[in-house]
Amino acid sequence: MAKRAAPEINAGSMADIAFLLLIFFLVTTTMDVDTGITRKLPPPVENEDEDIDVKDRNVLKVLINSHDRLLIDGKPGLVSDLKVKAMDFMSIHPGDEEYPEFDVKMIDELGMERDMSKGIISLKNDRGTSYDMYIKVQNELASAFNQMKDDLSVELFGLKYTQLIDKKKIKGINKAIPVRISEAEPEDIGGR
Amino acid sequence: MSRFKTKKNKGATAINTSSLPDIIFMLLFFFMVTTVMREVSLKVKLKLPEATEIQKLEKKSLVSYIYIGPPVKSALYGTNSRIQLNDTFASVDDIQEFVAKEREDRDEADRKFITTSLKIDGITKMGIVTDVKQELRKAGALKINYSTRKGRDQK
Repeated sequence: MAKRAAPEINAGSMADIAFLLLIFFLVTTTMDVDTGITRKLPPPVENEDEDIDVKDRNVLKVLINSHDRLLIDGKPGLVSDLKVKAMDFMSIHPGDEEYPEFDVKMIDELGMERDMSKGIISLKNDRGTSYDMYIKVQNELASAFNQMKDDLSVELFGLKYTQLIDKKKIKGINKAIPVRISEAEPEDIGGR
Repeated sequence: MSRFKTKKNKGATAINTSSLPDIIFMLLFFFMVTTVMREVSLKVKLKLPEATEIQKLEKKSLVSYIYIGPPVKSALYGTNSRIQLNDTFASVDDIQEFVAKEREDRDEADRKFITTSLKIDGITKMGIVTDVKQELRKAGALKINYSTRKGRDQK
């Protein structure tokens, strides 16, 4: 028998097949990046009775009740006021008894000494508080701290905090402005 | 002026498409590599709250997820927010075990970098969230991330 040449395979539909697969992967791909507010929980307390005494002037109490109303340092307030109040509270006011104490600390990364406020923002929420409201408050507080970081960063390096690349500078700023938010144990009044 | 002789219109030449499959395959491989298939099917409704001060979660392999929200099948499970771990509903007591298992799945060197991402629906009450947080504290999973959408500035 005479040997016939192998017939050429028509590759014209190869592109179609590839397209089909491509479209499948295009559809199933999720490119979304997870974003959110990162927080660090305090390690569990071993002895519940052991309460650390913090002076009243060093604490800014933020309470959210089950109707999503805010109480900032004993006075009803709005979420929109929170940022300004938090920043005002955390800033240094020498000789003013109303504001938190501060002491001078050396920050090696920045190579300078800085007045560090001893203020703590205490966030307390009810069991009935909605998560939406809680995130709004967390967001405002985070925004206050980020603003302070930005301000310091611009003052020292002329760049915003988010634009900093040098790891040492970032660490220094983080050390100079620690996020001091404390979350209290929840209260049981709102109903589950 | 023969130099400026206009070209004769020969009619459109066929474009060589023989390399088209290659190009498509290249795209295909790109998407195949980048695709992360959803591991869990959500059983709870999730409408994440909006926030402006958000950070990106890096290293997805080091993130474990906890979902809390009202069940999709509200006729069957009610409208109260429930916790979903992996593919099933769970109770608060299951969280410590879940964290331990998640830790087991990772390399020993990576274990301390595990972040727990809390994907919680906005209408959820804080009671359940606080319970979960307390359990996470007990389990030693201290790095958490409140998952939010990027919202526009309110000002």
